[in-house]
This record gives sequence, structure tokens and C-alpha cells, in this order.
Amino acid sequence: MSSAVFGPAAWLRRGCLAAAALLAVTACGSTAAPTGSTRAQPPTAGMTPQSTIGAGEGQLNLVLWDGYADKSWVDPFTAATGCKVSQKPAGSSDEMVALMKDGGAGQYDMVSASGDADLRLIYSGDVKPMNTSLIPDWSNFQTYFQAPGFNTINGIHYGISLQWGPNTLLYNTKKFANKPTSWSVLYDPANKGLITVPDNAIQIADAALYLSKTTPSLKITDPYELTQTQFDAAVKLLKDQRPLIKKYWTLPTDEISLFQNGDVQVGAAWPYQTIQLKLAGAPVDETIPPTEGATGWADTWMLATKAPHPNCAYLWTKWVSTPNVQAKQALSFGETPVNTKACGEMEALSPGSCAQYHADAPGSYFDTIKFWKTPIATCDDGSNNCIPYLQWQAAWTSITA
Amino acid sequence: MAGGLDLDHRLTPTGRPRPKGGRAVPFQALFWRLPWLRSVILLLPPMAWFVLIYLASLVLLMVTAFWTIDPFTSQIVQAWNLDNFRVILTNDTYHLIIGRTVGLAALVTITDAILAFPFAYYMAKVASRRTQTILFAAVLLPLWASYLARVYAWILILNHNGLLNWSLQSIGLPPANIGYTNTAMWVVFSYIWLPFMIIPTYAALERVPDSLLEAAADLGARRWRAIKDVVLPLAMPGVVAGSIFTFSLTLGDYITPILVGGAGSSFIGNVVYSNLGIVNNVPFAAALGTVPIVIMAIYLLGARRLGAFEAL
Repeated sequence: MSSAVFGPAAWLRRGCLAAAALLAVTACGSTAAPTGSTRAQPPTAGMTPQSTIGAGEGQLNLVLWDGYADKSWVDPFTAATGCKVSQKPAGSSDEMVALMKDGGAGQYDMVSASGDADLRLIYSGDVKPMNTSLIPDWSNFQTYFQAPGFNTINGIHYGISLQWGPNTLLYNTKKFANKPTSWSVLYDPANKGLITVPDNAIQIADAALYLSKTTPSLKITDPYELTQTQFDAAVKLLKDQRPLIKKYWTLPTDEISLFQNGDVQVGAAWPYQTIQLKLAGAPVDETIPPTEGATGWADTWMLATKAPHPNCAYLWTKWVSTPNVQAKQALSFGETPVNTKACGEMEALSPGSCAQYHADAPGSYFDTIKFWKTPIATCDDGSNNCIPYLQWQAAWTSITA
Repeated sequence: MAGGLDLDHRLTPTGRPRPKGGRAVPFQALFWRLPWLRSVILLLPPMAWFVLIYLASLVLLMVTAFWTIDPFTSQIVQAWNLDNFRVILTNDTYHLIIGRTVGLAALVTITDAILAFPFAYYMAKVASRRTQTILFAAVLLPLWASYLARVYAWILILNHNGLLNWSLQSIGLPPANIGYTNTAMWVVFSYIWLPFMIIPTYAALERVPDSLLEAAADLGARRWRAIKDVVLPLAMPGVVAGSIFTFSLTLGDYITPILVGGAGSSFIGNVVYSNLGIVNNVPFAAALGTVPIVIMAIYLLGARRLGAFEAL
């Protein structure tokens, strides 16, 4: 992979994101429907998106994750469109929401928001509907990412999907001669002191996902919407897991060195770690997804309600959706493009990377991934019996203490 | 105000100071007449900075601790209550974390005191001038390197395939798996904060006059007796001063627990960080943030009794 752009800073922020993605106060919705989710109409739903892209305004102001507008694809964009890109990197989803207040206040044009921040931005009226027909590559997107529930509501698109990543089961092939196919290895006392999982309250959702398959009597349907009984069961599972854990990892580089140095043999990870470890010659492999399914995250480019340079914004979205730029970003950041055509470009840049990052995954693959959303008190059925994220964090502190 | 009037007399009608070359330089005369004015002008900017920026932010933090957060909207609710403190005082999780933080800070402090004293004694009383300079450089040199680089260096030593296990195995001993444990944190903290103990201890020992040691010898005290009854009591304020650094630095750290700690290594700082940075529960983070403040206040009161502030 072209790892030159890669640095711990990028991963620090992804670690933050992993946590911050759960912050938002959002409504919950179904994820896989072709028209997105069905829920209350957002304030900007009535705004008709522009039908053509006019001449660029010469300027584009982006709120984004560090590294999402790399020189290698910004410079050709500016050369081709005349839109000068100025970047405002954000450290967390919260910061993104804060920066985009009042529709970007006429200052910012777009934001590369993550799954959770999306609904907050949409429902505060800070972003407005976008016209997908102005983005030619949109039709090449994975069907799931044309209208995922976190950015498409009642059939209206409030942004264009960008990149995503799954959580995987990483293991040492010397220790596990037979490929482990279930998350159960992470809860197995036989692996005591050899396990690592992320230091992130999101792990409760991973535990809930596991329980939804192994303990059907709990009736867990959505790992982000847990009643007290379901939540307690997930927390208990994690408390039982705690003595088996060698270390809760914070940065992907930590997990890589844990595996490299033989401190752990199995853990929850991202494709990035597997790729890096394999490049370094470590005897590892990943299971994705294990039989119980997996969790994952996804980012979207959204257009500010008061965007001062909408034409440049559309030109930018069009540009970053093209297979070449999608592939470049995927490889520089260690994530997966939503454009299915990016696969060939990834292969050209780094042979084998398409399959490694699952950029060629079939549509059924996305049914097995539960994309992050913020746990809130209001469940999907409208009752207030679900455990909000605040309590998730408190429980996580007590688990890892 | 007489001084003010005096100043006005020296101004030209346009309000500008007269060109130099008159009788006395105006401000110097003013300062001479009003000695307190000099102190006020000298201290005003730092004091203003201290009060406005430092104290004000601390007060805001304290105030927030008495608020709460709405579980439905995640917004801060400005309703005065003691819920956050009640949780901290009654929940075993927080007892465990506070206990671990304070316990390890104390352990690191004692370890550093034991390690630093002979070293500082050698530097102050035994070593030649030249050796002293070299030792000083050796103590201070690690502080030039990044904190993170030094912690990561320890990871390389302590991890499973690291230097420690490699050395143990090459001499036929079983591996010591202390990587990613609280033992590892103890080792790393003790290493990182050691210079902060050595320097005040050295400063205190340096101030012990050699004549006292000679007098002790003249009166028949052997070397150890002289150290125990003469040097140690005189150096104690320096050790306590050093302990303020080692204790408070360990108490407030949250990076080493993340990097070298294992499962179950959270410090107060880690919980504050996750409450602030992740769930945005500022009130709870603020309440937990007052715990180290209270602990340090008690510690400093004790240190003052032991004369640490005279040694600083």
C-alpha cells in the first residue's frame, strides 16, 4: 500500500472517531433500505438541490478528517476546476458538528461527517439535500452506500458516501491452525492473556452482536439499541472477558506491535492492521465477517445549508467519488472505497489491495455489518427503554477499570 | 493621587511626555516616591493572567462538577446537585481507579526517593567537580528526549519478545511477562520521574555543610550514623520537595497507562479523558478532576509541614 501518507496522527483521529462516532444524539433507523431510513422529516428536506453544476467559484472550504484532502488529489482538482481548497481538520465528530453550526455560517461548504454526526447535522438543519444525479460515479457505488440510513432519510440524500471500514477478527495463524470463524475465541478462557480488543465503549455493541446470535432469548435485534436486561448481559459478558484481555488497544499501531511482539494472539481489529502485519511478515490472518457478523463505520461528504461555493462543492464531491481518487484515499488512509469501480485502480496502485480491503465485497456482505450509530434512550419502537451512550461509557469504565 | 498629578505636570499640553534631558526621568521618580507601584506594575500582568486564565478556568471546572447531563439530549443541565460526587464516592469502580492512581503514585515516589538519595549524595558529597558535571548531564539528558519516545523505549524492553525476556532467556531464566501490567507502569513511571527527585535532593544535600559531617566524625559518629542523624534530616525537605513532583506527575498522568498498562490500568486521568473526549460528560469529568486537586492539596499541606517549600 502507498503508506507514505500514513501516520499515527491519522490513526489517532480514527481512534477518536471510533469513540466519537457514538456521541451524537440521533434517532435510530433501519440501515439497509434502498431509500435510506424512514423517520421524521428534517428541516432542510424541502430545499430543492441544484440541478446543474455551474462554473466553480474559485474557492472551497472543507471541514474534514485530517488526510481526507491530500495534496495528491487536491492539486489536480484545483488545476482542473480552479477551486482553491482550504481545509479545516476536525478532531472529533463533536467538533465537526460545532464547526458546521448555523449551516456552516456561510463559511464552510462541506463536511466529511461520520455515521453518527450525520443525523445530528441533518436534524439541526446544518446540511441540505444533495442531487445524486450530478455525481456520475454515484451509480457505481455499492448499492448499500447509495442510500444508507445514516445519510438518506425518506428517500432524500443529505450527502454522498465516501469510505467505510469493518471491524475484523485478527488472529495469529501459528496459534490458530484452524481459522477461527466466530467471535467466541475472544470470550474463550483458553485464550487467557492472549486477547486484545479496542479500548472503546463501542465494544459493548460487539458483545451485544455476539449475544444476539448466541443467546437468542435476549432478543437483541440491534446492537446499538439495548434495553437494560440486554445491556446488562452484554456488560456481564465483557466483565467476564476482562481477565482474559492482555491489553485494550487505543491506536492501531499498538495492536500491530502487540501482535508483532507476540504479546497477543487474537483480537478485534481493522483491515489496516492485518495488512500492515502481513506486510511485515507476521503470521496473521483475519476473519471477516465472523459467523455472528461485525460492526463497522462509514463517512459521508455533506453540503452545508449556507455553503458559499456550492458549485465547487459539487465539483469536489464528483472528483472524490471517481475511482482513482477513491482508490488513492482508501490506500492512503487504510479504508474501503464505496465506488465499486475503484477496485481496479486499487489493484493498479497496490496489487491485491482490493480484496484485502473488501472493496469488491458483494451486496450481501453489508447485511452482515452493523454500521455505527449512537445509542440513545429512544428505541426504534419509540419507547424510552434503551440505554443511552452516556451509560455505555460509564459501563465501559467499570469493565476496563 | 499625588503620583498621578505629578505625572500630569510633566506632560506637554498635547499629552505627550517631554523629551528627555529634563530633571529626572518621570517614572523613576514616581517609583521612588511610591515603592509599592513598582511591585504592582511588575506583578499585574502575571497576576491578571493567573487569575483570569488559570484560576477562572479552575473555578469553571469546579462549578461544572455540580451540574449534570441530560441522558436524552447529552446537553449540560445547569441544575445544582451532588450526583457526580455521589457516584464517585459510592461506586466501586471509581474507588478502584482512584486507589490505583494514588497507590502507584505513592509507590513511584518511594521508589524514586530510594533510588535518588544515594545518587544525589554521591553527586553532592563524593564526586569530583568534573564527575559532578557529567552526572548532572546524565540526569538531565533524558529530559531532552520526548516523553513518548522514552515510554516506547520501555515497551521495547518489557514486551513479550523484548530485551528483558531475551536477556532472561539467554541466561537460562524463565521470561518475566511484565509487559502491559501495573508492574510495567511502576517501572516506567519510576524511570521517567527520577530526575525530578534527584535534583531537589541534590540541592538539599549540597546545602549541608561539610563541616557538620566533620563535626559528627570528630564526635565519634561513623559514616552511616552521620548520614542517618545529620544528613538525612537536613536533606529531608529536598526529598519531600522532589516527592511533590514525582507524586503529582504520576497522579496526573494518563499516557503511560494507555501505552504500557494492561487490562485494568486506568488512571483518574484516563477516566476524565474518556468522559470529556468521548461522551462529552463534562460535569462528571470535572467532578472526577477535583479528586486529584483535593489529594494534592492534602499532600502539599503535609509537605509544607516537612519544610519542603524552603527546599524548593
